[in-house]
Amino acid sequence: MQVRKAVITAAAPQQNRLPLQQLVDRNGEDKTALQLVVEETVAAGIEEICVVIKPGDQAAYESAAGSQLGSLQFVEQPEPLGYADAIFRAKDFVGDESFLHLVGDHLYLSSTDEPCAKQLVQVANEFQCSVSAVQATRENNLPYFGIVSGPHVSQYEGLYEVEHVVEKPTPTLAEQELVTPGLRVGHYLGFFGMHVLTSDVMSLIEQLLADPSHSKPSLSDAASLLPARGKYLAFELQGTRCNLGIKYGLLKAQLAIGLSGRDRDEILTEMVDLLANRVEAGSAR
Amino acid sequence: MNCLIEIILSQDDAVRDRSLESVCDGASLDELLAHIAALDEFRRNEDNLYHRVRALFFLAAIYRYHLPQRLAPTQSGLVPFTGYEHLLSRRFVEAIDVFLESQNSDGPSDGLASALAQAYHHLGFQTLADQVRRSVRTVRGNQWMFRLGHPADHPLRIEPKLLRADPETGAMPILQESTAVRMDFSHSAWSDIFFLGMDFPEGARVVNTSIDLGVLGRDSETRPPIETYLRVIDEPVFRLASVDLGATADVTSVAEMFDFARDYLGLLKAAVIASGIVPPGLEGCRQSMSELLLRIVGPGKGLELVSKINDIPKGSRLAVSTNLLGSLISILMRASRQIQSLTGQLTENDRRLVAARAILGEWIGGSGGGWQDSGGVWPGIKLISGTTAQEGDPEFGISRGRLMPVHQVLGRKEASDETRKKIQDSLVLVHGGMAQNVGPILEMVTEHYLLRSKKEWDGRAEAMQILDEVVEAIREGDVKRIGEVTTRNFEGPLQTIIPWATNRFTDVLIEKCREKYADQFWGFWMLGGMAGGGMGFIFDPSVKQEAQQWLSKTMVEVKRSMETSLPFAMDPVVYNFKINDNGTFAKLLSGDDANMPDRYYALVLPNLLKTEIRDLPKGRRIELERIGLRCRDHGGATSGILLDSVLPQGGNQADQASSLQDVLVKCGFDRHQHETIRAELRSGRIGLSQNRLSASTTIRDVRPSDVTDVRGGIEKKYSDLGAEAIRKGQVGVVTLAAGVGSRWTEGAGVCKALHPFNRFSGRHRSFLEVHLAKNQHTTQQYGGSIPQVFTTSYLTDEPIRQNLLEHNSYGFKGSLRVSTGRSIGLRMIPMVRDLRFLWEETAQQLLDEQQQKVRESLRTALIGWAQKAGEGNDYTDNLANQCVHPVGHWYEIPNMLRNGLLKQMLDEQPELQTLMLHNIDTLGANVDPGLLGMHLDRGSALSFEVIGRRIDDRGGGLALVNGRPRLVEGLAMPNEQAEFALTFYNSMTTWIDIDGLLTAFGLNRSDLADDSKVDAAVRAMAARLPTYITLKDVKKRWGHAQEDVFPVAQFEKLWGDMTTLPEIACNFFVTPLLRGQQLKAQAQLDPWKRDGSADYIESLCKWS
Repeated sequence: MQVRKAVITAAAPQQNRLPLQQLVDRNGEDKTALQLVVEETVAAGIEEICVVIKPGDQAAYESAAGSQLGSLQFVEQPEPLGYADAIFRAKDFVGDESFLHLVGDHLYLSSTDEPCAKQLVQVANEFQCSVSAVQATRENNLPYFGIVSGPHVSQYEGLYEVEHVVEKPTPTLAEQELVTPGLRVGHYLGFFGMHVLTSDVMSLIEQLLADPSHSKPSLSDAASLLPARGKYLAFELQGTRCNLGIKYGLLKAQLAIGLSGRDRDEILTEMVDLLANRVEAGSAR
Repeated sequence: MNCLIEIILSQDDAVRDRSLESVCDGASLDELLAHIAALDEFRRNEDNLYHRVRALFFLAAIYRYHLPQRLAPTQSGLVPFTGYEHLLSRRFVEAIDVFLESQNSDGPSDGLASALAQAYHHLGFQTLADQVRRSVRTVRGNQWMFRLGHPADHPLRIEPKLLRADPETGAMPILQESTAVRMDFSHSAWSDIFFLGMDFPEGARVVNTSIDLGVLGRDSETRPPIETYLRVIDEPVFRLASVDLGATADVTSVAEMFDFARDYLGLLKAAVIASGIVPPGLEGCRQSMSELLLRIVGPGKGLELVSKINDIPKGSRLAVSTNLLGSLISILMRASRQIQSLTGQLTENDRRLVAARAILGEWIGGSGGGWQDSGGVWPGIKLISGTTAQEGDPEFGISRGRLMPVHQVLGRKEASDETRKKIQDSLVLVHGGMAQNVGPILEMVTEHYLLRSKKEWDGRAEAMQILDEVVEAIREGDVKRIGEVTTRNFEGPLQTIIPWATNRFTDVLIEKCREKYADQFWGFWMLGGMAGGGMGFIFDPSVKQEAQQWLSKTMVEVKRSMETSLPFAMDPVVYNFKINDNGTFAKLLSGDDANMPDRYYALVLPNLLKTEIRDLPKGRRIELERIGLRCRDHGGATSGILLDSVLPQGGNQADQASSLQDVLVKCGFDRHQHETIRAELRSGRIGLSQNRLSASTTIRDVRPSDVTDVRGGIEKKYSDLGAEAIRKGQVGVVTLAAGVGSRWTEGAGVCKALHPFNRFSGRHRSFLEVHLAKNQHTTQQYGGSIPQVFTTSYLTDEPIRQNLLEHNSYGFKGSLRVSTGRSIGLRMIPMVRDLRFLWEETAQQLLDEQQQKVRESLRTALIGWAQKAGEGNDYTDNLANQCVHPVGHWYEIPNMLRNGLLKQMLDEQPELQTLMLHNIDTLGANVDPGLLGMHLDRGSALSFEVIGRRIDDRGGGLALVNGRPRLVEGLAMPNEQAEFALTFYNSMTTWIDIDGLLTAFGLNRSDLADDSKVDAAVRAMAARLPTYITLKDVKKRWGHAQEDVFPVAQFEKLWGDMTTLPEIACNFFVTPLLRGQQLKAQAQLDPWKRDGSADYIESLCKWS
């Protein structure tokens, strides 16, 4: 299995402007969030990228794509019918190939030399199956994530065979059904916003979309059906991600990128200066 | 290996189930001490919890029942105060060490044995309770709630459907949950106690059914008795309302949610906590409720939780409170999406989750129940069984069984529709009106189970067999057989295991059913806990309707005849019932249907109307408009209820006040004395701390020369002298029967003398009957006639006279008189200083952690009550009888002087020389010729009987005070410790030389005809004796068998203080425990029966 394609979703209402935000990358260059995501994707060896957007957003995205525009295709999600539907819009683009999927409002910072997406794609290539990136998530964050559980794959650090997937479970359910041995008490494997999925997932999403009992199915709903179709893994990769959509998300992301890059000292100096001025202003009052 | 340890460790049932008696009966003192040493060593080192617990109960039982019998009668011994302090502070391990050290240095003694028995007993229960708690916390799905430390981390979110107001009406949707209660089919022989289920899962089985209820004559239809409601409100508070208890509160801080006794909403609060909305981990986080609600519900929003139990009274034995807890937890868990379905029935997994949370809720609220109690959450009839812990269970390796049982709902094959109908057509379900605390019963069951006494263990085996028979009878649809086996269960194993499971009231009802319906009465069905509250009577369906009506009347009649002797909380009622096949069930009410019950509006309307409409939040305004609409559209009942809530109603309070005035006038209430006492109380001249002797008083134990010890026997010459006096009619008995058994019934205000506390010779008999039977026995033995007097108070006079009349004095042949009390006091609101003194400066038994929290919150509430009601004001907010009080037993003998009764007795029997005065609960006190002879021989005015002190004997004792022997009341002890240095406890039994006493009063026999001289003499004597202020618990009953207990202030003068008067010569006789011990609390009954005391009393009696 060779992962060549990627699908980036950026059509969610209220979040569709986030990939267009301007940041400064590790090397001190101005880039949009979209560029950073695309760079992550390309670094993983991806050749073709499909971005799922809201109708009317294409022009803005094209101008935010910078030099990467050539490798991008745009697909629109006509109505906000949920996460799974957004991915399903890329069905034709994907064809029968496996693909890397990222969400457009997240940025990823690897803690090794390998970018996050690349780490994930390597695992998928090795095991020839769907793999979701996960991170240990404390139970207070359960309302924000899809959670997976399953046994550890022996002799492979951070790799799990997924048995259950539940979108935003309550801690009660999580404790009863989603405990993964080896994690700290009260911690679960939460989705990282990055997946390698086989094209099977498109047929599962299709089923879900046809089922009237599911309104706006999520990717977790589809992923929960994957274990029944064959091997499905979760990989705790070495890195962190920044959600731009939460309060101060953009600021935090910029700080995280900045502090891991070339201008670290400069940023720290600015911050100390800011803090000092704040203290002085406070004491002057 | 020690054979008791072998029993504990054995895998072989035949060995493991051997009783303690099989080893200890016949063992010598040294052998018992060797067992004790081995068991104590074992329990210190053993890892297995249940082995440890059994060793602890063995130790407790050896010290309570076996060792004292091997000691010489004079080995009384002292209990070290430091050990007692440890005991009160629940440091049981340390207490045991102190007591054992004392035993090692001074040798075993009766006092120490009582202390060790208690310490081991408590440690055993604490170990068990800790384990259950640990298991509750480790149930998967409960653990996270203990980890959450800050509202900002809260992981629950409200179901979005509850956040959407109806576009047309503007009303928020309401989630409504209806829940059944559970009825125990077979009475499980209390096998649903958690400890039992976890240690003996094979024996823990119950068949129970979920039922809907209606009260006969009140409700037109049956329905699920429990309803709970939840909705989102537009104020950032957690609003709680209990429609039945008429209480509502806006909880604005997290801390307030943990303050259980602050109001009547403790159960709702426990549910909110156990549901995870305000999880237990947040206790002490000092955050506002709005911050927490912001996370769960959204900014500016709150939740409102309402409960309603369709007026089912407390004590119904249908586990109403546990199922209400289950219902509340279920609705909260649905709303927070912890349960899969927002509406409809629950899945099995969700029911188990709710049940586990209900157990947690009960622990948090400081209450307790059995594991079958949340049965109303399940549908229909089910078999609930204990189950063995498997690998992976949190209990595995710790206990044999799991905390949570397995529920198997019986299908139509196992319990057909026809059978269900037949059960409904035969069973008359009632509430007998008694609401008793079953806590002590459950402790007894656990203790008996762990000791495996043969009789009781056989009883348990039989009860298990009976359960199989019940299941079989259900399968066959044979209701008559169900009746037959449940009766057999009640009369056989249940009463073998716990004789206190029944009472006179229940026995009489069963007798009457048998008399009236003979073969058409198919049986009695004990519902759980103990009889007297919820019970079932099974009739031939052809007479059921009639029997239901008949029983409804008969129960009230029987209750009327016993209400002065047994604690009834309300008039009996008969229910209609129907099997509920839903269990707990929820609906989402929206639009025009989104209404709370009428009585909710009646509860909140008065306050809403006090606020300007424009100042009300939008949600409330909409609600008021809708209430108006409802009244206009539906009128009738709704409008009536709402009008009643805002307009004043008839003068109940005025009635209460006038009847109190009547009582006061009738009983010769001394207003002047009352005002003097009030002034002194308020100024601080008298009070709990002022009761005490000054700290400079030297209090020492008496010397052997100060007492006459008759525990080893009495010389024949004294017995002969006494026998002669009896034969000549020179002695009479005065039994103090003015009391209402405050400790016995926890302030329920029944006449203790008439309480049928134990079965003697085939039926329940009262204290009064026992005293008459002893008197009869003595005269039968020695000849003569012993006049018997019962001294009464305003509360007990009429009931005692009536009772004697009705029962023809129980066949008593001699002279029998009732001395009417002439003194009465009016209770007062206590001073906060006295409440604090009682709670903070006197040694108090610390409760289990959670219960202690509840107690502390209650105490804060009571201090608030005293301040609000006015310290030192008259206590009038209760029934007249509960507002007045007897003024202490010192007055009883003077009353006999003042009311002319002593004169009558002397006129009738001039040879009368001596009176034996004793407490109603000193059952062993009889006219013993030896003691009488010795008293006569000494020639003193008064001879007091004292006994060796056991750890429970608190309340003073015999002491050398500044070098003179006298009785010191517990209230007067200069400090807590002083009492523990005193070997002897006052049994209150006093031999009175009539002439000697009259002389002390400055009177002689002929003066008794002169009322004014007698009055003056009594007043002069009273003035010389101290007045004590005491705080007594008094129950206020309200609603449907609800009770509040208030500590109220009263004053008393006590008889033992006669020993302080220098001119009165007093003797002190040390008598055996069996003679002098008193029955003060119901919890004493079981050990009293087991240690041979009951048999001893029976041997003193001659029943007519």
